[in-house]
Amino acid sequence: MLKHILSATTLTVFAGMTLAGTAQARDQIRIVGSSTVFPFSTTVAEQFGKTSGFKTPVVESTGSGGGLKLFCSGVGTDHPDITNASRRIKKSEVEKCNANGITVVEIKVGFDGIVLANSKNGPAFNVARKQVFLALAAKVPGPNGDLIENPYKNWSDVDKSLPNEKIEVLGPPPTSGTRDAFVELVMREGAKEFPQIKALEKKAFRAVSDRIREDGAFVEAGENDNLIVQKLEANPEAVGIFGFSFLDQNADKMQGAVVDGQEPTFENIASGAYPVSRSLFFYVKKEHVGTIPGIAEFVGEFTSDDAAGEDGYLLDKGLIPLPQADLEAYRKAGADLTPLSL
Amino acid sequence: MTDTGQTPGARLGLKNRTTSDENVRQRYRKERRFKLLGQLALGSAIGMLVFLLVTIVGNGYSGFFQHEIALKVHLDPARLKLGDKRDAESLARTSYGNVIKDALRSEFPDVKGRTDRRALSKLVSKDADTAVRDAVLANPEIIGTTQTIWVKATDDVDTFLKGHMSAVEQWSPDVAAKLSLEGDRVRITAAGSAFRDLQPADGSSYLVSINGGVVKLIDVAGGVAKGEVLVAPRDTATTPAGAWHISAYATPESDRRLNDKAIAWIAKLQAEDRVENRFNVSFFQTGASTAPESAGIWSAVVGSFLTLVVTLAISFPIGVLAALYLEEFAPKNRWTDVIEVNINNLAAVPSIIFGLLGLAVFLTLFGLPRSAPVVGGMVLALMTLPTIIIASRAALKAVPPSIRQAALGMGASRLQTVTHHVLPLAMPGILTGTIIGMAQALGETAPLLMIGMVAFIVDIPGGFTDSATVLPVQIYLWADSPERAFLAKTSAAIMVLLAFLILMNALAVLLRKRFERRW
Repeated sequence: MLKHILSATTLTVFAGMTLAGTAQARDQIRIVGSSTVFPFSTTVAEQFGKTSGFKTPVVESTGSGGGLKLFCSGVGTDHPDITNASRRIKKSEVEKCNANGITVVEIKVGFDGIVLANSKNGPAFNVARKQVFLALAAKVPGPNGDLIENPYKNWSDVDKSLPNEKIEVLGPPPTSGTRDAFVELVMREGAKEFPQIKALEKKAFRAVSDRIREDGAFVEAGENDNLIVQKLEANPEAVGIFGFSFLDQNADKMQGAVVDGQEPTFENIASGAYPVSRSLFFYVKKEHVGTIPGIAEFVGEFTSDDAAGEDGYLLDKGLIPLPQADLEAYRKAGADLTPLSL
Repeated sequence: MTDTGQTPGARLGLKNRTTSDENVRQRYRKERRFKLLGQLALGSAIGMLVFLLVTIVGNGYSGFFQHEIALKVHLDPARLKLGDKRDAESLARTSYGNVIKDALRSEFPDVKGRTDRRALSKLVSKDADTAVRDAVLANPEIIGTTQTIWVKATDDVDTFLKGHMSAVEQWSPDVAAKLSLEGDRVRITAAGSAFRDLQPADGSSYLVSINGGVVKLIDVAGGVAKGEVLVAPRDTATTPAGAWHISAYATPESDRRLNDKAIAWIAKLQAEDRVENRFNVSFFQTGASTAPESAGIWSAVVGSFLTLVVTLAISFPIGVLAALYLEEFAPKNRWTDVIEVNINNLAAVPSIIFGLLGLAVFLTLFGLPRSAPVVGGMVLALMTLPTIIIASRAALKAVPPSIRQAALGMGASRLQTVTHHVLPLAMPGILTGTIIGMAQALGETAPLLMIGMVAFIVDIPGGFTDSATVLPVQIYLWADSPERAFLAKTSAAIMVLLAFLILMNALAVLLRKRFERRW
């Protein structure tokens, strides 16, 4: 008896495996990519699934780099149709895509601000990017101009105007797109304000600007922004680095630091006045349009005024919209499937 | 042996009494210390477990409940764009958003301006149309009439009503109040210290609910308060003591996701008993959603079930057969030793490695679909196999050799001995090990990360190759969402997962207690 059961189950399993292995037509859009764009992409996917009559797209959060890698690996139902990115696609990635027979269509959907924030029980911060660089870089210019190991312990050591508190910053790890953007928009810009660092050639400059101190003043707090918010709540002395939507949702507990004289508000990020903001994109695989049902309609939904417009539903999720003219331009690019060339 | 006064050492007649007595006392002391340490270790473990459970239950119990608002919806066929059609198909497909908006606007006719109207329509969930649609589908006769339908509030309203947005203090002054209009302002006069020397400029908001309206205080001087009308009162009749109340919200308006107007609208609905905290049934019926109030775990539960079915179907037969062969048939030589060591090592391999293997072999080489329970199940089966093999071998070893010898002595073949006697006797132990392995697989996320099961999936999976996610992944995704209301959902989902794990482990204990034989 037992033998029969055992052999029967084994048979079924192997039959199932062969069945699953045979390539099958996919009727569901597959999206991969950035965790920053993830909440917006899922909101559009849900709305799309509810109203369009197509199946709800499956959205996976793989990070911008991981998403582009999967996206560019080939054409066919095994590969994703759309990838989200919190940075622009690189030239090398476009080339890899093209080599695999993929035509990339670029759609910009909006902006995201990166904020430095701390608990409302802590002091208010008003910093310049130069000061943030001095507080967080591994090597900073010393009193006689040459680079030394970062000696600053308190914010007030960096500049008298800053609070007399220990430098303790919780931020994302190097794998995160938020960290890349922070380094690019804050650390590099801050480093450029020192003539002797600016004079360095690109590689040497990056070695100074991109290296964040590892003596405990900067803590890698993981990819989960919620966790950073909770840790900041418990520790009013610490400052955190995360996306604007988390500040927006926790405005009763957190205060955003003023950077270079600009407050991290919705209006300031949308107008471009707040310096630490980046663009959010998604990329569509032109070859899959027509094969996988609903891609054109999904792109239409994502770029519609209802979604990404000036009072679209994505704003409630923390997206900062494009200027109307840009949105219309990208809507058209999406409808015409204009190939990207860098 | 009556000399009980003697020390143990003396009783034994040892020569050097003092040293040996000291020795014995020292040994007792050591034993007591050891016991104390053990109790401490156990106590701290229990303490941590209790702390964990208390935090999860404390955060999570509110996730099973959801505030709902009773809306008086006028089901106008013209607004529903139905015309004369009443067939189920058209009723299901038409949009119910308009009639919901109309219901809110007729409730608060004073609300003008785009921003305010948007804020008003955000009192109820985007999912409110499902409730209305269900009501209409259940009884199409109600089209054309006005019905009271309970719809879900949005996550912000829900969070506010659960008290997670701002500290609220409410009191009912025991004096009468008189209302008088002064242009677009309103003056409230009350004797005594009804207003408690409030300072509306201090950042808090003070809302007065009076005569069916809501007034936000701007200025307080003694017994006279001036305020802005947020919801118009019915009349300016003098209100008796106890029939009006003041609510103080400590968090400043700019720091709240709901402004004072929205709170005033909710206060009006509450005064009419049209807001209720109800058990959230749809939490157990729907899939993932970006709106916390409509997010559910059913899709993840189904995904977990499908994945575990595959895991069980693969790992149980292979694991048991491997254990049987190794224990009963395989020769004992260097090769079987190597295999044994390797199986034990595999049990300790970090689970993410199995995910990488799954990505490389099942997805890339075999071309199986991403995010599918069949692949998830195969990866988890690889992870569970060593556990099952080790548990099964232990169970087989525990069957006394006399059973085998008796069977062989009666002329049974070795296969008959095993299948008729050894395996049935070892089965309870094998099943226990399998269930514990399954429970472990149920709680796993890391290997599924690599094969695309960490994904946003709304549709409930219908088969082994549909895209699916599993319970722990759902918990992980919710924990990472910015919306405050997902905190409670996360803990609620953890409670569901824990309930399943406890059930499975209880089943394992039961099987062992009921069927295990001791020799």
